[in-house]
Amino acid sequence: MFTALHFAIIAPFIAAIFVPILYKLFSRIHTGWFVLTVPTILFLYFLQYLPITANKETVTAVFDWIPSLGIHFTAYIDGLGLLFALLITGIGILVVLYSIYYLSKERESLHTFYTFLLMFMGAMLGVVLSDNLIVLYMFWEITSLSSFLLISYWYEREKSIYGALKSMIITVMGGFSMLVGFVLLYTMTGTFSIQETIAASSDIVSHHLFLPAMLTILLGALTKSAQFPFHIWLPDAMEAPTPVSAYLHSATMVKAGIYLVARLSPVFAISGEWFWLIAGFGITTLFWGSFSAVRQTDLKGILAFSTVSQLGMILSMLGVGAAALHFDSLDLENNVFVGATTAALFHLINHATFKGSLFMMVGIVDHETGTRDIRKLGGLMTIMPITFTIAVIGSFSMAGLPPFNGFLSKEMFFTAMVEITKFQLFNVDTYGVMFPAIAWVASIFTFIYSMVLVFKTFNGKFKPEKLDVKPHEAPFGMLLSPIILVSLVIVFGFFPNILSYTVIEPAMASILPSLLQEGEQFYVDIYFWHDWTPALYMTIGVISVGLFLYLGMKKWVGIYRLFPDNVSFNTLYDQAIVKGERLSEKIISSHMTGFIKDYLLYIFSFITAALVFTLFHKGAFVVETQDLAPISIYEVILAVVLIASVLTVMFTKSRLKAIIGLGVVGYTIALFFVIFRAPDLALTQLIIETVSVALFLLCFYHLPQIAKSLETIRFQLGNFIISLAVGTTITLIGLTANSNRLFESISGFFIENSYNEAGGKNMVNVILVDFRGFDTMLEILVLGIAAFGIFTMIKLRLEGKEQL
Amino acid sequence: MKSNDIILQTMTNVVLFIVLIFSIFIFFNGHHEPGGGFIGGLMTSSALVLLLLAYDLETVQRILPIDFKIVAAIGLLIAIGTGMGSFLFGEPFLSQTYDYYTFFVLGELELATALLFDIGVYLVVIGVTLTIIQTIGEDK
Repeated sequence: MFTALHFAIIAPFIAAIFVPILYKLFSRIHTGWFVLTVPTILFLYFLQYLPITANKETVTAVFDWIPSLGIHFTAYIDGLGLLFALLITGIGILVVLYSIYYLSKERESLHTFYTFLLMFMGAMLGVVLSDNLIVLYMFWEITSLSSFLLISYWYEREKSIYGALKSMIITVMGGFSMLVGFVLLYTMTGTFSIQETIAASSDIVSHHLFLPAMLTILLGALTKSAQFPFHIWLPDAMEAPTPVSAYLHSATMVKAGIYLVARLSPVFAISGEWFWLIAGFGITTLFWGSFSAVRQTDLKGILAFSTVSQLGMILSMLGVGAAALHFDSLDLENNVFVGATTAALFHLINHATFKGSLFMMVGIVDHETGTRDIRKLGGLMTIMPITFTIAVIGSFSMAGLPPFNGFLSKEMFFTAMVEITKFQLFNVDTYGVMFPAIAWVASIFTFIYSMVLVFKTFNGKFKPEKLDVKPHEAPFGMLLSPIILVSLVIVFGFFPNILSYTVIEPAMASILPSLLQEGEQFYVDIYFWHDWTPALYMTIGVISVGLFLYLGMKKWVGIYRLFPDNVSFNTLYDQAIVKGERLSEKIISSHMTGFIKDYLLYIFSFITAALVFTLFHKGAFVVETQDLAPISIYEVILAVVLIASVLTVMFTKSRLKAIIGLGVVGYTIALFFVIFRAPDLALTQLIIETVSVALFLLCFYHLPQIAKSLETIRFQLGNFIISLAVGTTITLIGLTANSNRLFESISGFFIENSYNEAGGKNMVNVILVDFRGFDTMLEILVLGIAAFGIFTMIKLRLEGKEQL
Repeated sequence: MKSNDIILQTMTNVVLFIVLIFSIFIFFNGHHEPGGGFIGGLMTSSALVLLLLAYDLETVQRILPIDFKIVAAIGLLIAIGTGMGSFLFGEPFLSQTYDYYTFFVLGELELATALLFDIGVYLVVIGVTLTIIQTIGEDK
């Protein structure tokens, strides 16, 4: 049944349809104000599910879509889904509000922007609220698509197109691999439902497809969440307008991969490979992202790598959290690995708040100064005090400083990383020590780039000569969204427990369901003071070493020059694209010559080979002569005319004669239809012949001047053999078809039913428009496409020698 | 190509209407006798092609200022629209039905929904044929 919940998911899509209309009708009002209502209403709508999920209840609404394939549009709300839904709509409100001030209604085409944005919002809701893997996949790809469209929003910039294509190629590649994984899961469990798959998870662990399914699905999640080495698309995606970067490329879409990992944890998390892959990729990305962020000079570049790094951090916590499953009889209060999952979810929310505010802050700086280059910026502290405050709170939270929410989740992260070294399974006791080490080093870099972000922009010398415009504080409306977000940073910092049992704990129940007995719940209590734990020492170490390195940055920043520019994943990607294009061009141009005679050659050779092979392989070739009607004199005459006119076409030296000869062939065939009592076919054939002869005459003008060379027609053996083969094959097929009566003819059905069922006495026409109306519809569709194709090819012909 | 073919032009003026009327007859006749949207459409277009051959493209476009691309598009829309129309009655896509009605003067006639679909086919065929011919003909 189609419920309100389904409607909530597709509501953004429906709203997207009306955006262009509203844009046209109310050109004086910024379209964003209309769009703002959609996430607001949806946010309020989803809020009402909070008490339900907090009680560990779930809501399932099934709408049959393609039941025969097991594909249902199943909306499913549990703690995890609701957390994401609130994140998507909540950040959505702020981003739309921000965009109203960021995008000028005079200069930008707002309707496309908001259409794509709403499309994304709906797709993202679909991803997190679908229980059916195929439906999830569909929404997943729509998010990739809308991200592509939004990155290329300023499509006249070459870099936008480059970034959009890159993100599309990488995420869709991953998505496709994910689809393979879903199908593999289906072959193991026989269902596309996630909940049913989870229920069956204990049966499939030892299945030989378990690992392939896990790897292919993970490839999708890792590419989407920009994990090392697939992270390269995210920095280039920063060409999108800043509201998009804040929304898609830091708060929501890139977390889809994390969502998928969390969602499928109950299925895969029991295996050691899962632990190592998730935690390993996560921690590597954490380090590489923060390390690369320090060398960036573009503010958005810093934020992009920072996002990559933070996503890695969340993922590594989820990986460590999977370790909790290996303790059966545990008391939930003391299981530190459960704490890792808490930390992952808490940091997910925190990251959305501080990174969202930072992106908006950078957008403001860009908007008011005209640049994002930290080499040109500086000394804005007094000019933009509010923006500065936002930047300080956001960055300090990101660096993990108290009293902000980032500190809390960073502490929990350190705790998890320290505890994991004591884990006894999967060789963790041997290699586990690298987890806290890498985490600590990465956090130092995180601290450094957070400081760079604030102090290179707002501190130091003001350089007005490098700016195109005179900077000033942004309008209030633009500041509103980041102010709300940094307020949340502080609120979650001081009162983290308002989230614990409302949002975080229910979501944990979805990730680690097997640890809970009926009626139990996880123990979630987040607080500042943990005593003098290793985590606290690590934080103090991060701050002191980080401060030291930040101040002496000039001395050591040279190490980045040790990495040669031409050895990077970006170069690898670029080379793969270039080489791939060159290779496919070579392959295609080797046989796509542009001459129709070559194409006919391929087609005819293939048909002949395929048909002859089948005919003899199946032993189908028989000629029955019993049932044949006698050959009448008319048929003989027509055959003679046919042969004569074909010979004329072949040997004539005049093109006009050839056309007329072809016409005669067609008309003769029409006469055959008359003899065989097929008036419809005869009529059609007659008129088609007429029209095509007329068409030929029109084309006459365009035919190249090879007519003169026709005088010396050369005998081409290859063509001769192929034409002979085609003729023979078709004749053989005709004879065989007539002699093999495998089934009763279908015409009996039509004779019986065309008058009774369809009320028509002309059977041919009844078949065309009624019994097989679908065929006709698609045929006229093809006709239409052909006509438009010819029209565009001729009318919009490229001038000169552009490469196609 | 300016042509000045008096005989063909005079003939065309008369024949055109005969062919057009016949094509419409054949179109409506399709349900019970040979004919239908496909043949009817082709015949109408052949009448217009005759016009094209007798006169030149500019003249024909002046007489018939129709964009045949739009005709094809409308035809497709009608065909798909009638297909979707069956949804309104809870039937699968493209279900057809028919019934008999008595009309003033004409007497009892059969009306079939298939005819609506056929109109779509008819228009598409005309639109496509003439779009192609005009495009190629105009291209110099």
